[in-house]
Amino acid sequence: MDFGPFLFLATLEGLVQAAVLCLTALGLSLVFGVMRVVNVAHGEFYMLGAVLAYWVTSWLAGSPAIGFALALLIAPLLVGVIAYLSEKLVLRRLGYDPEATIVATIGILYILQQSALLTFGPDARPVEPPFYFRVEFPWFGYSGYKLIVVAAAAVLLALAWFVITRTRLGLIMRATQFDRQTAQNYGIDVNRVYALVFAAGAAFAAIAAVLIVPIQQAHYLMGGDPLLLAFIVVIIGGLGSVRGTLLAALLIGLSDGILSVFFSPTLAKMVSTTLVALVLVFKPEGLFGHRSRL
Amino acid sequence: MSKKQDKNNTGCNGVSAAKRRTLKALGAGLAAASSPLWFPRAYAASEPIKIGAQLHRTGIGASYGRWYERTAAAAVKLINEQGGINGRPVELIVEDDGTDPKRGTEVLEKFATQHKVDVAYGTLFSHVVIGSSPRAGELKLPYVVCSEGHHVASGQLNRYVFQPGITDVRSQVISMAPWISSNLGKKVTMIFPDFAFGHDHRDYFSQAIADQGGEVLELIAVPPTETSFTRYFPRIPRDTEVLYHVMVGPGVLTFVKEMGQHFGKKRPEIFGFIDSLEAVDLATPQLEFLEGTYFWEGSPRYAQSNQTEFDKQYRAAVGVDDSGASIADPKDISTYSHMFSCWESLFIIKEAMELAGYRSAADKTAFIEAMESLQKFDQGLAHPQGNKIFNPKLHQSFGHQHISKVGSGGVLEVVHKTSIEDGIYDSDVDYTKMAL
Amino acid sequence: MSNGLKSAVLHTAVVVGFLLLQYVLPEYHLLSVTRIMLLAVFAMGFNLLFGYTGLLSLGHAMFFSAGMYGAGLSVYHLGWSVPTAFIFGILCGALLGFLIGLIALRTTGVAFMIVTLMFAKVTYLVIVYFTQYTRGDEGLVMPAESRSFDLFGMHFSLTDSVTRYNLALGLLALTMFIVFLLVRGRFGRSLIAIRENESRTKMLGYNTFFIKLKALTVSAALSALSGSAYALMFAYIGSSFANIQYSIDPLLYSLLGGAGTILGPVFGTFTMFYLIDIASEYTSAYLLVTGIVLVILVLYFPRGVFGAIRQNFCRWLP
Repeated sequence: MDFGPFLFLATLEGLVQAAVLCLTALGLSLVFGVMRVVNVAHGEFYMLGAVLAYWVTSWLAGSPAIGFALALLIAPLLVGVIAYLSEKLVLRRLGYDPEATIVATIGILYILQQSALLTFGPDARPVEPPFYFRVEFPWFGYSGYKLIVVAAAAVLLALAWFVITRTRLGLIMRATQFDRQTAQNYGIDVNRVYALVFAAGAAFAAIAAVLIVPIQQAHYLMGGDPLLLAFIVVIIGGLGSVRGTLLAALLIGLSDGILSVFFSPTLAKMVSTTLVALVLVFKPEGLFGHRSRL
Repeated sequence: MSKKQDKNNTGCNGVSAAKRRTLKALGAGLAAASSPLWFPRAYAASEPIKIGAQLHRTGIGASYGRWYERTAAAAVKLINEQGGINGRPVELIVEDDGTDPKRGTEVLEKFATQHKVDVAYGTLFSHVVIGSSPRAGELKLPYVVCSEGHHVASGQLNRYVFQPGITDVRSQVISMAPWISSNLGKKVTMIFPDFAFGHDHRDYFSQAIADQGGEVLELIAVPPTETSFTRYFPRIPRDTEVLYHVMVGPGVLTFVKEMGQHFGKKRPEIFGFIDSLEAVDLATPQLEFLEGTYFWEGSPRYAQSNQTEFDKQYRAAVGVDDSGASIADPKDISTYSHMFSCWESLFIIKEAMELAGYRSAADKTAFIEAMESLQKFDQGLAHPQGNKIFNPKLHQSFGHQHISKVGSGGVLEVVHKTSIEDGIYDSDVDYTKMAL
Repeated sequence: MSNGLKSAVLHTAVVVGFLLLQYVLPEYHLLSVTRIMLLAVFAMGFNLLFGYTGLLSLGHAMFFSAGMYGAGLSVYHLGWSVPTAFIFGILCGALLGFLIGLIALRTTGVAFMIVTLMFAKVTYLVIVYFTQYTRGDEGLVMPAESRSFDLFGMHFSLTDSVTRYNLALGLLALTMFIVFLLVRGRFGRSLIAIRENESRTKMLGYNTFFIKLKALTVSAALSALSGSAYALMFAYIGSSFANIQYSIDPLLYSLLGGAGTILGPVFGTFTMFYLIDIASEYTSAYLLVTGIVLVILVLYFPRGVFGAIRQNFCRWLP
């Protein structure tokens, strides 16, 4: 392929990657921003979303669009409930100690992943996209649904931004993040906010999964990659910053997409992971973050 | 994957007995170690012959593992109905290797030292076989594999490892290259998984197509755990006449779908190994572009018009319908091109054990020599895929290959069947000269 | 009896116990305990950093695999002898530990966990990327020539399970001895001081960065020792040993047995290994056990078994 179309394809792949990153990282960023804990099980909430999407769509054998719409409702709801319970049963009892929380969420990671293996089985299973069309460029074709994912990511991101900055709910969240003690003094039920934020973060991962699973397949081990990528994005973007997350997702997504096409996907992952580790060491507030604000 | 299911799948009660043993083993250490000495001889005669099946229950080979287990269980059931081996029942002990060479070797150790199996019986993914084989040699445990790779015949393994149930990749690609170059084109781009099995394709097909006056324009290696493939396609040169693809792992369907998105109708000729869509329904939406492309098949997934009686019986025994899906669940597509090797290998183990008058582990040498005395397998219920010749020096079988064309609705129709002679190559490997 | 003597007697007794165990263990368990002893070395190395220094690394698989590939690749590609390759493997781990420490020790707490996790991921990707030399997922099997070696006029055959058992036991005893000396000495006390209060330790005039770097290097070297021995004894190296699982396992072993104790990781490794082995007889989803044990430990037994014993019964336990 000539250089021009090659670059064009790489950019498209990069955009899709950025959208996927945005969607997966947003929940993680939200949880870290408000609760100051790192949720290592985030990728498994994503996986659960995809698996539930498979179940819902395969029960409804009729139109894939209806099944998909239903999955978009049910999966985040169920995943949110599971997250809510694990917050109540585990994280709260640890007093949100950062290190203990990481160890505990590693445990939750295994519990969720292996439960999926027990029930869903070890196979990768396809989920039909709600609609399918192929965009024909002069040099190659591209999945129309992938472009829809990019659009959906933009909409969801705008929505999240609106909720956080323009609503009372967002105000409560920001207050809790800013100073837990003061928020409590003003009558905010901090525990409830934490539980809801944790559930919302997981639900976001599930929504991301439902949107993305038609371009991949549901598989019990699919949580690993998005987790790492989400970590990367959240760290580069500045822990807890939504705007930073968006910028970082674009930066990482595009560079990863382009590097993967021109060099090798493994090399691209190597480079981005190393860079991120270095950012965390030398610029812990992230490339775009200003210290710990949403 | 409960305990109960194990029992159902393997169709024998020995598995649970083996499990109980593990639990007691630590406490009863010394007793367990010396227990064979106390058994009266009469009891020993009806003791089952234990075959340890190392299978991919989890990991990237899980869909193969599921069907390998069903096929093996069906073959054991039939063997036991026919009176077992040397009058003794056969017991299959299944352990999951997680499609991971590391766990594969641990499974073999467990077979040898805990379950004390007579023969270990193997798995598909070549990296697991290659990782496990040296340990089989060290443990002096016969290891019969169903893995398709060239590693057995290449001479890199050892005298305890056999692959009698399926033709190796090198032979497969040599036998098909002439057909590909004369019917599809001479300029080939290959996409293959970046591990031993894919490297066999890369090395031997490149050679074989060059021998036909063709050439390979580009080699695209993809890690077997990859989940997104579009980014690999721009490397396919524009003057490619034939795209040769073989892919494995959980991402295969995504791979083929993305290939369709990339090419649409303006595709080159496409020749794939059915591995790229094994256990996947060809009637899946977005796979329509495959119509008119070709696949290698070891054993035709769709019952052909000239289906043999043996294929019919074999399908019924394993529980597969005429379109290659499970009778119990039509959405569960089998790995029909590969799993016959599990069936046939078990009958070959039986044949060799009977030839050797096999009684106990003390007869292992006799068993291996009996395996090495085999020359050919005739088509029959024991060999439903077709007749094969066996090369004892290489420990490898050679059989017929099928090239099938995708018709409407994803139905595969065989358009060419190779002869055994098409796939014979020269080799100076000789395992029989190695010490036992 | 003085506390030092008491603990010396206890640890000698454990080693003697393992020594005697080989006469009663059936073959399969002989093999399992061989693995357990090697993995316990890994866990003890991890614990030196986690339990004594208070630094939780989520990337120790990189040091284990540095040892494994350092030893394995030099045997496979360069045909080095087993003892030389073994030492080389340890050096590789120590060097990697030192270099990673220079960078990662600028962070603490959660950031340290994530940075080590990332570097471990990079190590894994490096192994996969240089598949030409490492054969990636597929891995390499050590050649037959490397299955025996001569040292000090004795011949060792690594295919013999009793030889392997005793070699592993020797390494376990050696590691226990090293850790015992380290943690009971000045260095150990400075580690614990850092764990309890780093800024105070710094104010007292200690160069805490240097002490932590030293701890990480030793910890990495011990982990590499385990990986190096594992490669040579079991004759296989592969990228599965570099994945995240191998970073979580030593954490799990240490937490279960008791972080900051010498025998804790040994006990934890032994218990978890058999728990998983038994669970895997019943289900493919045997890692469920790992998850459940982790959550229970964090919630209810953060000190682990030996931590609780020390707190309640024998305060002298090192």
